[in-house]
Amino acid sequence: MNDVTVAVEDTTPTVDDVMVELHGVHKSFGPLEVLRGVDLQVHVGEVTVILGPSGSGKSTLLRTINHLEKVNRGWISIDGELIGYRRSGSKLHELKEKDVLKQRTHIGFVFQNFNLFPHLTVLDNLVEAPVSALRRPRKAAEETARGLLDRVEETARGLLDRVGLADKADAYPRQLSGGQQQRVAIARALALEPKVLLFDEPTSALDPELVGEVLDVIKDLAGTGTTMIVVTHEIGFAREVADTVVFMDGGVVVEQGPPAAVLDDPQHERTRAFLSKVL
Amino acid sequence: MGLTTPSASAPPAAASPGTGPGAPPTPDDPASLKVVPARHYARWVAAVAVIVLVAQFAHGLATNPVWEWGVFRDYVLSETIVHAVWVTLQLTAYATVLGFLLGTVLAFMRLSRSPVLQTVAWTYIWIFRSIPMIVQLVFWFNLSALYERLGFGIPFGPVFWSVDSNSIIGTMGAAVIGLTLHQAAYAAEIVRGGVIAVDHGQLEAAAALGIPRLRQIRRIVLPQAMRAILPTAGNEIIGLLKGTSVVYVMSIGELFYQVQVIYGRNGRVIPLLLVATAWYVVLTSLLSVAQYYVERRYARGANRTPPPTPLQRARRFVRTLRAAAAQRNQPVTPLKPLGDSR
Repeated sequence: MNDVTVAVEDTTPTVDDVMVELHGVHKSFGPLEVLRGVDLQVHVGEVTVILGPSGSGKSTLLRTINHLEKVNRGWISIDGELIGYRRSGSKLHELKEKDVLKQRTHIGFVFQNFNLFPHLTVLDNLVEAPVSALRRPRKAAEETARGLLDRVEETARGLLDRVGLADKADAYPRQLSGGQQQRVAIARALALEPKVLLFDEPTSALDPELVGEVLDVIKDLAGTGTTMIVVTHEIGFAREVADTVVFMDGGVVVEQGPPAAVLDDPQHERTRAFLSKVL
Repeated sequence: MGLTTPSASAPPAAASPGTGPGAPPTPDDPASLKVVPARHYARWVAAVAVIVLVAQFAHGLATNPVWEWGVFRDYVLSETIVHAVWVTLQLTAYATVLGFLLGTVLAFMRLSRSPVLQTVAWTYIWIFRSIPMIVQLVFWFNLSALYERLGFGIPFGPVFWSVDSNSIIGTMGAAVIGLTLHQAAYAAEIVRGGVIAVDHGQLEAAAALGIPRLRQIRRIVLPQAMRAILPTAGNEIIGLLKGTSVVYVMSIGELFYQVQVIYGRNGRVIPLLLVATAWYVVLTSLLSVAQYYVERRYARGANRTPPPTPLQRARRFVRTLRAAAAQRNQPVTPLKPLGDSR
């Protein structure tokens, strides 16, 4: 896929207070068309929750935003900067991997399976990217990391065990519970001070009693004005935290709007059918 | 495992009045039930058979005069042999380090997205796995016959600087190059196997965090790949240690060559082969121990609590023995005669 050029339509990324913008995003895996023209705008400080049945393309959409998946058509911008491409005239030139990696430091990503580095301690998991990608001095990065561990600890209310994550800085990820691991993963994403945080079903791999402590941390981040896009099945969470709920099906956005509108008074038949199954 | 009641002879139904005939016996005091471990009689028989066989072999080693232990003693620590062992170690070390360095580069070339790098690495591995090591070594030994001079210049054009190939690549150099190139082909596949065993999510996480590519390999991928690489790599290095004996064809004074030279002179074939065997066994054992600890180091974080090393287990065993002995030596408090307290 080197030096692929993609024709650009006459629109350009809007700057204003739009943090994330997707325009006509198409993505296929071989003959399978997963995204079929998705448009989306996320404003600064807003929380967008993406709902949809499995296979609707919501995870793929999230992964195109930080260029873990390359789009086949359309473009994505964050804070006015095109992701994965450089525009010259009417052409989009694919960026070198090095430049894509640099762009990704502005985009925090939290995985369903945490994907913590199992051979590194909790602290090293948090310090690795700031030191190697942002060239932060190690001492300062460690201090920030400890602060973040305290933060994801304090905000996880109603914890069963009150063992401080900050005390676990030297533990290895596998010595932690699933909820603790996911909170460490969130702290790791925050350590880069990203402009936007993407969550890919952050609680789907957790035991039911551990879901709350992770959602609490995400709610706290929402309260402090972090721009976030969350793919989840937690309807209650969407209702409570989301500014915008986006319902996807078949690779397109079927319906979007404030949670009260989409969740309580869906306009589209497919949305109604989905909600009747999960509520 | 069998549970026996204090009154094993009594029928269960009688021991537990009030319950059905099929119910387990309920003794008066459940704590008094004694656990009898399963007996493995066949193991004892097998152990005795093995001990007899080993004793026979050991007896043969000690009494059969053909082994000539006196000759073994004279040579095993002799200066010539110790120096030869040193040469063997050097060859192994060079070929291991250089072979695995080159092999790692080749592995990542094969895994890269560049078709050029993929093809080059694949071809290299194909060629060097196809040529027997001994054939390759003889080729390098005869390099000067193929290319008398080596130089830098414009391809197919004038040469600016050149040297006699024999003067830069001596016999030892040729052996190291031959072993390294051979080793690299195998190391490449071992490393590649380890790398593809690393969970794909790890690479995605590293990429999502924007960690630079080389750093991803060095800090995230390779340490985790090591867990899959080490057992096979250990095999390969031990194989190489003994494989260095092949360079005797280049008359390099490594262990096997030197032993052959000596028994060619004095005809004491068996004891001198014993000398070589003893050294190979010692070196291999040391490598095995090293492998155990290196594997353990790279297993950090893989287990919640790492299992104890044999040394730690031995220490723990001694401690429990001591504790038991200390307890036995304590003065026994005499039992009060029954009936006194009443």
